[in-house]
Amino acid sequence: MSFEKLRSSLAYQGLLLGGTALLTTAALALAARATDADIHEAEARDMKQSFAVVLPGQYDNDLLKDTLTLNGPNGEVTVYRARKAGQVEALVYKVSGNGYAGAVDCIMGVDRNGKITGVRVIKHRETPGLGDKIEAAKSRWIFAFEGKYLGDPPADKWGVKKDGGVFDQFAGATITPRGVVKAVKGGLEFFEKNRAQLLDGSAPQGGTTHE
Amino acid sequence: MSNQYARISRESLWDNNIVFAQILGMCPTMAVTSSATNGLGMGLATTAVLLASNMIISSIRNIVSEEVRIPVYIVIIATLVTLVDVSINAWAHDLYKVLGLYIALIVANCAVLGRAEAFAAKNPVLPSGMDGLMMGLGFTFALTTIGAVREIIGAGTLFADAHLLLGQAFSFMELKIIPDYKGFLLMILPPGGFLVLGFLIAAKRVIDRNRAQRAAVAATPAAEPVAS
Repeated sequence: MSFEKLRSSLAYQGLLLGGTALLTTAALALAARATDADIHEAEARDMKQSFAVVLPGQYDNDLLKDTLTLNGPNGEVTVYRARKAGQVEALVYKVSGNGYAGAVDCIMGVDRNGKITGVRVIKHRETPGLGDKIEAAKSRWIFAFEGKYLGDPPADKWGVKKDGGVFDQFAGATITPRGVVKAVKGGLEFFEKNRAQLLDGSAPQGGTTHE
Repeated sequence: MSNQYARISRESLWDNNIVFAQILGMCPTMAVTSSATNGLGMGLATTAVLLASNMIISSIRNIVSEEVRIPVYIVIIATLVTLVDVSINAWAHDLYKVLGLYIALIVANCAVLGRAEAFAAKNPVLPSGMDGLMMGLGFTFALTTIGAVREIIGAGTLFADAHLLLGQAFSFMELKIIPDYKGFLLMILPPGGFLVLGFLIAAKRVIDRNRAQRAAVAATPAAEPVAS
Protein backbone atom coordinates (compact mmCIF):
# COMPACT_ATOMS: atom_id res chain seq x y z
CA MET A 1 0.00 0.00 0.00
CA SER A 2 1.45 3.33 -0.98
CA PHE A 3 1.90 6.13 1.52
CA GLU A 4 -0.47 8.35 -0.46
CA LYS A 5 -3.25 5.82 -0.01
CA LEU A 6 -2.52 5.38 3.67
CA ARG A 7 -2.47 9.14 4.10
CA SER A 8 -6.05 9.50 2.95
CA SER A 9 -7.40 6.67 5.11
CA LEU A 10 -9.68 7.55 8.00
CA ALA A 11 -7.51 6.06 10.73
CA TYR A 12 -4.53 8.11 9.57
CA GLN A 13 -6.41 11.37 10.22
CA GLY A 14 -7.14 10.42 13.81
CA LEU A 15 -3.59 9.28 14.40
CA LEU A 16 -2.17 12.45 12.88
CA LEU A 17 -4.37 14.72 14.99
CA GLY A 18 -3.69 12.69 18.10
CA GLY A 19 0.04 12.67 17.44
CA THR A 20 0.08 16.43 16.88
CA ALA A 21 -1.83 17.02 20.09
CA LEU A 22 0.50 14.72 22.01
CA LEU A 23 3.67 16.38 20.74
CA THR A 24 2.45 19.95 21.22
CA THR A 25 1.14 19.20 24.71
CA ALA A 26 4.48 17.67 25.63
CA ALA A 27 6.28 20.77 24.33
CA LEU A 28 4.00 23.03 26.37
CA ALA A 29 4.42 20.95 29.52
CA LEU A 30 8.19 21.12 29.18
CA ALA A 31 8.10 24.87 28.55
CA ALA A 32 5.84 25.43 31.56
CA ARG A 33 8.33 23.51 33.70
CA ALA A 34 11.33 25.38 32.36
CA THR A 35 9.84 28.84 32.82
CA ASP A 36 7.74 28.44 35.96
CA ALA A 37 10.47 29.35 38.44
CA ASP A 38 11.66 32.34 36.41
CA ILE A 39 8.13 33.67 36.00
CA HIS A 40 7.46 33.43 39.73
CA GLU A 41 10.75 35.13 40.47
CA ALA A 42 9.99 37.95 38.02
CA GLU A 43 6.56 38.47 39.55
CA ALA A 44 7.99 38.53 43.05
CA ARG A 45 10.56 41.09 41.86
CA ASP A 46 7.73 43.22 40.47
CA MET A 47 5.94 43.11 43.81
CA LYS A 48 9.11 44.06 45.67
CA GLN A 49 9.69 46.99 43.35
CA SER A 50 6.18 48.29 43.93
CA PHE A 51 6.65 47.83 47.70
CA ALA A 52 9.82 49.91 47.59
CA VAL A 53 7.97 52.68 45.76
CA VAL A 54 4.97 53.00 48.09
CA LEU A 55 6.97 52.26 51.22
CA PRO A 56 10.26 54.11 51.30
CA GLY A 57 12.73 53.19 54.02
CA GLN A 58 14.48 50.12 55.28
CA TYR A 59 12.71 47.18 56.82
CA ASP A 60 14.29 44.03 58.10
CA ASN A 61 11.85 41.36 56.99
CA ASP A 62 10.67 39.87 53.72
CA LEU A 63 7.30 41.48 53.09
CA LEU A 64 6.28 38.85 50.58
CA LYS A 65 6.46 36.18 53.26
CA ASP A 66 4.89 38.21 56.08
CA THR A 67 1.28 38.50 55.10
CA LEU A 68 -2.09 38.73 56.79
CA THR A 69 -5.42 38.14 55.10
CA LEU A 70 -8.40 40.17 56.31
CA ASN A 71 -11.87 40.94 55.04
CA GLY A 72 -11.80 44.32 53.38
CA PRO A 73 -14.34 46.50 51.58
CA ASN A 74 -14.28 44.34 48.40
CA GLY A 75 -13.53 40.87 49.64
CA GLU A 76 -10.34 39.55 51.12
CA VAL A 77 -7.30 41.79 51.31
CA THR A 78 -3.80 40.44 51.57
CA VAL A 79 -1.77 42.76 53.77
CA TYR A 80 2.03 42.72 53.59
CA ARG A 81 3.66 43.76 56.85
CA ALA A 82 6.95 45.65 57.08
CA ARG A 83 8.77 45.28 60.38
CA LYS A 84 11.70 46.74 62.23
CA ALA A 85 13.02 44.60 65.07
CA GLY A 86 9.86 42.52 65.03
CA GLN A 87 7.46 45.45 65.40
CA VAL A 88 5.05 46.15 62.55
CA GLU A 89 6.02 49.58 61.23
CA ALA A 90 4.01 49.82 58.05
CA LEU A 91 1.61 47.91 55.84
CA VAL A 92 1.15 47.52 52.11
CA TYR A 93 -2.04 46.34 50.48
CA LYS A 94 -4.04 46.61 47.30
CA VAL A 95 -7.20 48.63 46.94
CA SER A 96 -9.46 48.87 43.96
CA GLY A 97 -11.69 51.66 42.70
CA ASN A 98 -14.13 52.08 39.85
CA GLY A 99 -12.75 54.12 37.01
CA TYR A 100 -14.26 55.14 33.71
CA ALA A 101 -13.38 51.86 31.99
CA GLY A 102 -13.50 49.30 34.78
CA ALA A 103 -11.49 48.63 37.89
CA VAL A 104 -8.47 50.73 38.81
CA ASP A 105 -6.14 48.68 40.98
CA CYS A 106 -3.83 50.53 43.31
CA ILE A 107 -1.26 49.53 45.85
CA MET A 108 -0.89 51.69 48.94
CA GLY A 109 1.51 51.88 51.85
CA VAL A 110 0.36 53.04 55.30
CA ASP A 111 2.57 53.57 58.34
CA ARG A 112 1.60 52.50 61.85
CA ASN A 113 -0.01 55.88 62.55
CA GLY A 114 -2.35 55.55 59.60
CA LYS A 115 -0.45 58.00 57.39
CA ILE A 116 -0.13 57.18 53.71
CA THR A 117 3.47 56.57 52.66
CA GLY A 118 2.63 56.22 48.98
CA VAL A 119 0.03 55.15 46.45
CA ARG A 120 0.58 53.81 42.93
CA VAL A 121 -1.81 52.62 40.28
CA ILE A 122 -0.78 49.15 39.17
CA LYS A 123 -3.47 48.32 36.65
CA HIS A 124 -6.09 50.32 34.82
CA ARG A 125 -7.75 50.71 31.45
CA GLU A 126 -8.52 54.42 31.55
CA THR A 127 -8.36 56.55 28.42
CA PRO A 128 -4.77 57.30 27.38
CA GLY A 129 -4.11 61.02 27.62
CA LEU A 130 -7.11 61.72 29.85
CA GLY A 131 -7.58 59.25 32.67
CA ASP A 132 -4.06 57.91 32.66
CA LYS A 133 -2.74 60.92 34.57
CA ILE A 134 -3.27 58.73 37.64
CA GLU A 135 -0.03 56.97 36.63
CA ALA A 136 3.06 58.26 38.37
CA ALA A 137 4.91 58.23 35.04
CA LYS A 138 2.40 60.60 33.45
CA SER A 139 1.63 63.10 36.17
CA ARG A 140 2.45 64.11 39.76
CA TRP A 141 -1.18 63.71 40.78
CA ILE A 142 -0.86 60.42 42.66
CA PHE A 143 1.81 61.93 44.95
CA ALA A 144 -0.83 64.21 46.52
CA PHE A 145 -1.82 61.32 48.79
CA GLU A 146 1.53 61.10 50.52
CA GLY A 147 1.37 62.03 54.20
CA LYS A 148 -2.43 62.22 54.18
CA TYR A 149 -4.58 60.33 56.70
CA LEU A 150 -8.20 60.22 57.81
CA GLY A 151 -8.46 63.62 59.52
CA ASP A 152 -6.14 65.45 57.14
CA PRO A 153 -8.12 66.19 55.09
CA PRO A 154 -11.26 65.56 57.21
CA ALA A 155 -13.44 62.69 56.10
CA ASP A 156 -15.94 64.83 54.17
CA LYS A 157 -13.09 66.46 52.20
CA TRP A 158 -11.76 63.12 50.94
CA GLY A 159 -12.95 63.65 47.41
CA VAL A 160 -12.12 65.47 44.20
CA LYS A 161 -12.63 69.26 44.14
CA LYS A 162 -15.77 68.94 42.06
CA ASP A 163 -17.33 66.97 44.93
CA GLY A 164 -16.18 69.51 47.52
CA GLY A 165 -12.98 67.64 48.37
CA VAL A 166 -9.33 68.65 48.27
CA PHE A 167 -7.95 66.47 45.44
CA ASP A 168 -7.61 67.76 41.90
CA GLN A 169 -9.57 66.25 39.05
CA PHE A 170 -8.26 66.33 35.49
CA ALA A 171 -9.65 68.37 32.64
CA GLY A 172 -11.95 65.96 30.83
CA ALA A 173 -11.69 63.19 33.39
CA THR A 174 -13.40 63.33 36.77
CA ILE A 175 -14.58 59.75 37.14
CA THR A 176 -11.06 58.30 37.16
CA PRO A 177 -9.58 60.45 39.99
CA ARG A 178 -12.86 60.17 41.90
CA GLY A 179 -12.55 56.39 41.78
CA VAL A 180 -8.94 56.46 42.95
CA VAL A 181 -9.67 58.88 45.83
CA LYS A 182 -12.57 56.70 46.95
CA ALA A 183 -10.42 53.58 46.81
CA VAL A 184 -7.63 55.19 48.86
CA LYS A 185 -10.14 56.49 51.41
CA GLY A 186 -11.59 52.98 51.62
CA GLY A 187 -8.08 51.68 52.21
CA LEU A 188 -7.58 54.05 55.14
CA GLU A 189 -10.96 53.14 56.61
CA PHE A 190 -9.93 49.51 56.35
CA PHE A 191 -6.78 50.35 58.29
CA GLU A 192 -8.71 52.16 61.04
CA LYS A 193 -11.23 49.36 61.37
CA ASN A 194 -8.62 46.64 61.70
CA ARG A 195 -5.86 48.73 63.28
CA ALA A 196 -5.30 46.60 66.38
CA GLN A 197 -5.06 43.41 64.43
CA LEU A 198 -2.92 44.86 61.66
CA LEU A 199 -0.33 46.24 64.04
CA ASP A 200 -0.28 43.17 66.28
CA GLY A 201 3.02 41.72 65.26
CA SER A 202 2.64 38.57 67.33
CA ALA A 203 0.54 36.84 64.68
CA PRO A 204 2.57 34.02 63.19
CA GLN A 205 4.45 34.83 60.03
CA GLY A 206 3.06 33.35 56.88
CA GLY A 207 -0.42 34.65 57.41
CA THR A 208 -3.58 33.98 59.35
CA THR A 209 -7.13 34.28 58.20
CA HIS A 210 -9.64 36.28 60.14
CA GLU A 211 -13.32 35.91 59.47
CA MET B 1 18.61 29.38 -6.07
CA SER B 2 19.78 32.73 -4.74
CA ASN B 3 17.45 34.26 -7.28
CA GLN B 4 14.57 32.54 -5.52
CA TYR B 5 15.58 33.98 -2.15
CA ALA B 6 15.87 37.46 -3.60
CA ARG B 7 12.38 37.11 -5.03
CA ILE B 8 11.02 35.87 -1.67
CA SER B 9 12.61 38.82 0.08
CA ARG B 10 11.26 41.41 -2.32
CA GLU B 11 7.79 39.87 -2.27
CA SER B 12 7.69 39.66 1.53
CA LEU B 13 9.20 43.00 2.42
CA TRP B 14 7.41 45.16 -0.09
CA ASP B 15 5.36 43.80 -3.00
CA ASN B 16 3.26 41.41 -0.94
CA ASN B 17 3.79 42.94 2.51
CA ILE B 18 1.43 41.36 5.06
CA VAL B 19 0.05 44.68 6.27
CA PHE B 20 0.46 47.09 3.36
CA ALA B 21 -0.45 44.73 0.51
CA GLN B 22 -2.25 41.66 1.89
CA ILE B 23 -4.01 43.75 4.59
CA LEU B 24 -3.79 40.78 6.97
CA GLY B 25 -3.11 40.70 10.69
CA MET B 26 -5.12 43.85 11.36
CA CYS B 27 -5.97 42.86 14.94
CA PRO B 28 -2.38 43.03 16.29
CA THR B 29 -1.58 45.88 13.89
CA MET B 30 -4.24 48.15 15.36
CA ALA B 31 -3.78 47.01 18.93
CA VAL B 32 -0.07 47.57 19.46
CA THR B 33 1.05 50.34 17.13
CA SER B 34 0.52 53.24 19.52
CA SER B 35 4.31 53.53 19.66
CA ALA B 36 7.22 52.50 17.46
CA THR B 37 8.75 50.37 20.22
CA ASN B 38 5.55 48.37 20.71
CA GLY B 39 5.30 47.84 16.97
CA LEU B 40 8.89 46.66 16.80
CA GLY B 41 8.44 44.25 19.71
CA MET B 42 5.23 42.78 18.33
CA GLY B 43 6.80 42.49 14.89
CA LEU B 44 9.83 40.61 16.20
CA ALA B 45 7.68 38.23 18.27
CA THR B 46 5.54 37.53 15.20
CA THR B 47 8.68 36.99 13.10
CA ALA B 48 9.90 34.35 15.55
CA VAL B 49 6.56 32.54 15.34
CA LEU B 50 6.39 32.83 11.54
CA LEU B 51 9.93 31.51 11.06
CA ALA B 52 9.38 28.55 13.38
CA SER B 53 5.88 27.71 12.12
CA ASN B 54 6.89 27.88 8.46
CA MET B 55 9.90 25.60 9.01
CA ILE B 56 8.03 23.06 11.14
CA ILE B 57 5.04 22.95 8.82
CA SER B 58 7.26 22.65 5.77
CA SER B 59 9.21 19.79 7.32
CA ILE B 60 6.05 17.79 8.01
CA ARG B 61 4.25 18.79 4.81
CA ASN B 62 4.49 15.29 3.34
CA ILE B 63 2.99 13.48 6.29
CA VAL B 64 0.14 15.92 6.90
CA SER B 65 -2.93 14.91 4.96
CA GLU B 66 -5.01 17.36 3.00
CA GLU B 67 -8.12 16.64 5.08
CA VAL B 68 -6.89 17.63 8.53
CA ARG B 69 -4.11 20.05 7.67
CA ILE B 70 -5.85 23.15 9.06
CA PRO B 71 -6.32 21.85 12.64
CA VAL B 72 -2.74 20.51 12.59
CA TYR B 73 -1.35 23.89 11.49
CA ILE B 74 -3.46 25.80 14.00
CA VAL B 75 -2.39 23.61 16.90
CA ILE B 76 1.27 24.01 15.93
CA ILE B 77 0.96 27.78 15.60
CA ALA B 78 -0.93 28.12 18.89
CA THR B 79 1.75 26.06 20.61
CA LEU B 80 4.52 28.23 19.22
CA VAL B 81 2.74 31.39 20.32
CA THR B 82 2.36 30.00 23.82
CA LEU B 83 6.05 29.09 23.88
CA VAL B 84 6.99 32.64 22.86
CA ASP B 85 4.57 33.98 25.47
CA VAL B 86 6.01 32.03 28.42
CA SER B 87 9.60 32.62 27.27
CA ILE B 88 9.15 36.38 27.15
CA ASN B 89 7.35 36.32 30.49
CA ALA B 90 10.19 34.38 32.08
CA TRP B 91 13.26 35.90 30.48
CA ALA B 92 12.26 39.37 29.32
CA HIS B 93 9.74 40.26 31.98
CA ASP B 94 9.92 44.03 31.50
CA LEU B 95 9.07 43.58 27.86
CA TYR B 96 6.25 41.23 28.84
CA LYS B 97 4.70 44.00 30.90
CA VAL B 98 4.52 46.07 27.71
CA LEU B 99 3.59 43.38 25.19
CA GLY B 100 2.14 40.57 27.31
CA LEU B 101 -1.42 41.39 26.49
CA TYR B 102 -0.74 41.27 22.77
CA ILE B 103 1.41 38.16 22.37
CA ALA B 104 -1.67 35.94 22.44
CA LEU B 105 -3.02 38.01 19.54
CA ILE B 106 -0.42 36.41 17.24
CA VAL B 107 -2.67 33.32 17.11
CA ALA B 108 -5.39 35.56 15.72
CA ASN B 109 -2.98 36.84 13.08
CA CYS B 110 -4.26 35.01 10.02
CA ALA B 111 -1.03 35.90 8.22
CA VAL B 112 0.74 33.11 10.11
CA LEU B 113 -1.75 30.48 8.95
CA GLY B 114 -1.80 32.19 5.57
CA ARG B 115 1.94 31.67 5.07
CA ALA B 116 1.62 28.05 6.23
CA GLU B 117 -1.04 27.40 3.63
CA ALA B 118 0.27 29.53 0.79
CA PHE B 119 3.97 28.78 1.07
CA ALA B 120 5.24 26.35 3.72
CA ALA B 121 2.86 23.52 2.76
CA LYS B 122 4.22 23.54 -0.79
CA ASN B 123 7.91 24.35 -0.47
CA PRO B 124 11.06 22.84 1.10
CA VAL B 125 12.21 23.79 4.58
CA LEU B 126 14.84 26.41 3.76
CA PRO B 127 12.79 28.55 1.36
CA SER B 128 9.88 28.26 3.82
CA GLY B 129 12.08 29.50 6.64
CA MET B 130 13.23 32.35 4.43
CA ASP B 131 9.64 33.19 3.58
CA GLY B 132 8.67 33.19 7.28
CA LEU B 133 11.64 35.34 8.23
CA MET B 134 11.12 37.86 5.44
CA MET B 135 7.34 38.02 5.84
CA GLY B 136 7.94 38.59 9.55
CA LEU B 137 10.46 41.34 8.87
CA GLY B 138 8.03 42.94 6.42
CA PHE B 139 5.38 42.81 9.15
CA THR B 140 7.86 44.30 11.63
CA PHE B 141 8.71 47.06 9.17
CA ALA B 142 5.02 47.87 8.70
CA LEU B 143 4.20 47.86 12.41
CA THR B 144 7.24 49.95 13.30
CA THR B 145 6.42 52.48 10.59
CA ILE B 146 2.79 52.81 11.67
CA GLY B 147 3.91 53.02 15.32
CA ALA B 148 6.52 55.65 14.52
CA VAL B 149 4.04 57.89 12.68
CA ARG B 150 1.42 57.55 15.42
CA GLU B 151 3.98 58.16 18.15
CA ILE B 152 5.52 61.24 16.54
CA ILE B 153 2.17 62.86 15.84
CA GLY B 154 0.48 61.58 18.97
CA ALA B 155 3.15 62.07 21.61
CA GLY B 156 6.05 63.89 19.97
CA THR B 157 8.52 61.11 20.78
CA LEU B 158 10.10 58.25 18.83
CA PHE B 159 11.07 54.84 20.22
CA ALA B 160 10.17 55.86 23.77
CA ASP B 161 11.01 53.04 26.24
CA ALA B 162 13.11 51.27 23.61
CA HIS B 163 15.51 50.20 26.39
CA LEU B 164 12.77 47.94 27.80
CA LEU B 165 12.74 46.06 24.52
CA LEU B 166 16.38 46.08 23.44
CA GLY B 167 18.34 46.75 26.62
CA GLN B 168 20.04 49.85 28.03
CA ALA B 169 22.53 50.02 25.15
CA PHE B 170 19.72 51.12 22.87
CA SER B 171 18.45 54.02 24.96
CA PHE B 172 20.08 56.35 22.41
CA MET B 173 17.18 55.49 20.10
CA GLU B 174 14.74 57.23 22.41
CA LEU B 175 14.19 60.57 20.75
CA LYS B 176 12.10 63.56 21.61
CA ILE B 177 11.08 64.77 18.17
CA ILE B 178 8.91 67.69 19.19
CA PRO B 179 9.90 69.39 22.49
CA ASP B 180 7.11 70.58 24.81
CA TYR B 181 4.52 68.77 22.72
CA LYS B 182 1.11 68.54 24.31
CA GLY B 183 0.20 65.36 22.45
CA PHE B 184 -2.52 64.59 19.95
CA LEU B 185 -4.73 62.00 21.60
CA LEU B 186 -6.57 60.82 18.49
CA MET B 187 -3.40 59.31 17.07
CA ILE B 188 -2.81 57.15 20.15
CA LEU B 189 -6.42 55.94 20.20
CA PRO B 190 -7.63 53.26 17.73
CA PRO B 191 -8.92 55.76 15.09
CA GLY B 192 -5.34 57.01 14.72
CA GLY B 193 -4.28 53.50 13.78
CA PHE B 194 -6.84 53.30 10.99
CA LEU B 195 -5.99 56.79 9.75
CA VAL B 196 -2.24 56.16 9.61
CA LEU B 197 -2.68 52.72 8.04
CA GLY B 198 -4.92 54.20 5.36
CA PHE B 199 -2.47 56.93 4.49
CA LEU B 200 0.49 54.53 4.45
CA ILE B 201 -1.30 52.06 2.15
CA ALA B 202 -2.15 54.96 -0.14
CA ALA B 203 1.47 56.10 -0.07
CA LYS B 204 2.69 52.61 -0.97
CA ARG B 205 0.30 52.52 -3.93
CA VAL B 206 1.55 55.87 -5.15
CA ILE B 207 5.16 54.71 -4.92
CA ASP B 208 4.33 51.44 -6.70
CA ARG B 209 2.50 53.23 -9.48
CA ASN B 210 5.31 55.70 -10.02
CA ARG B 211 7.79 52.84 -10.16
CA ALA B 212 5.64 50.90 -12.60
CA GLN B 213 5.30 53.94 -14.84
CA ARG B 214 9.02 54.57 -14.80
CA ALA B 215 9.77 50.96 -15.64
CA ALA B 216 6.89 50.55 -18.02
CA VAL B 217 8.95 48.27 -20.20
CA ALA B 218 9.51 45.66 -17.51
CA ALA B 219 6.53 43.50 -16.69
CA THR B 220 5.29 43.81 -13.11
CA PRO B 221 6.20 40.78 -10.97
CA ALA B 222 3.42 38.22 -10.84
CA ALA B 223 1.61 38.57 -7.55
CA GLU B 224 1.40 35.57 -5.31
CA PRO B 225 -2.14 34.38 -4.61
CA VAL B 226 -3.42 36.17 -1.51
CA ALA B 227 -4.19 33.88 1.39
CA SER B 228 -7.48 34.37 3.12
